[in-house]
Amino acid sequence: MPIRNYLMVALALLVLTVITVGVAQVDFGPWNLVVAMLVATAKGTLVALFFMHLFYDNKLYGAFFSGALVFLGVFVIITMFDTMRRDDLYMEVGRPIREAAVIYGDDGMPLKKNSHADHGDHDPAEEGH
Amino acid sequence: MAHSATHPTWLQHHFSDAHQQRESSKLGMWIFLVTEILFFGGLFCAYAIYHAWNPEIFHAAHKALDWRLGGLNTIVLITSSLTMALAIRSLQVNRVRVASGYLWATFLLAATFMVVKYFEYSHKFHVGQLPGKYYTYTGIEGTNPHIFFSIYFVMTGLHGLHVLIGMGVILWLIVRNRKNHFSAQYYNPVEMTGLYWHLVDLIWIYLFPLLYLVG
Repeated sequence: MPIRNYLMVALALLVLTVITVGVAQVDFGPWNLVVAMLVATAKGTLVALFFMHLFYDNKLYGAFFSGALVFLGVFVIITMFDTMRRDDLYMEVGRPIREAAVIYGDDGMPLKKNSHADHGDHDPAEEGH
Repeated sequence: MAHSATHPTWLQHHFSDAHQQRESSKLGMWIFLVTEILFFGGLFCAYAIYHAWNPEIFHAAHKALDWRLGGLNTIVLITSSLTMALAIRSLQVNRVRVASGYLWATFLLAATFMVVKYFEYSHKFHVGQLPGKYYTYTGIEGTNPHIFFSIYFVMTGLHGLHVLIGMGVILWLIVRNRKNHFSAQYYNPVEMTGLYWHLVDLIWIYLFPLLYLVG
């Protein structure tokens, strides 16, 4: 690869650095992170393809590198599913599968009459025929 | 089997030729870089979790970092990546002395990065913007801004350690190049160090916006 190509890649990286700093002054709200990551990924791609020669080399190296990035993505996304939605799971209140069912305690007496049973549709004593 | 006169000293016995040796080195190096990506990946994941949990803290605390120093270090590292790539290219066209010059430039740029980092760190130590229970700074609004600094110090600290290790390896390359160990026929150690060095640059390319700009 001629020196000129290396200089062009470095120049592109410096311009993208200025762009990253520039767009950080503008508030895109929740898109700030997305914009910053897109510019960083553009820079990273240039480094990997040209400085690290992935563009010219055996494609096996690129496959290893991409594989690592895919695993990193899976790792972060699945972890975020857990850490961000954990509370939602705990807020869910379990409901009986049979709305009208009555649950008996250890003493053989109904633990709590649910609203359907209160309407008198079912007499707890008649359950289990 | 004795060495034949045509067998260069740098070609190890278990490789049939220089091409196979070079390809094997690169494959091994890329596998090492994969482990490095997953190693740093754990920290990027921690960043993602704590940023998502505490967006206000991250926003308030990231303003304590000077983006001009971070930006300067970004430019320094990108330039050092360029000089590293040019060192390898110089060896490919057999300009050994020029390669040494580029390796020195890479080393000095890496040292510049660490000096800037030193000033940033010493300022934070001075004002107490430190991780966890060592946090004593009072100038940031909101609860628990130390969370941001815990992540800042671990991520930039581990990255800085990689820069220091890289500087050591580059120095070793300079010494070997002085002894004329490298040429257009054989420059594997320089190329592998280059791959490592570009990965260190690549990680900083993500750390800079995440810590200094977006917060």
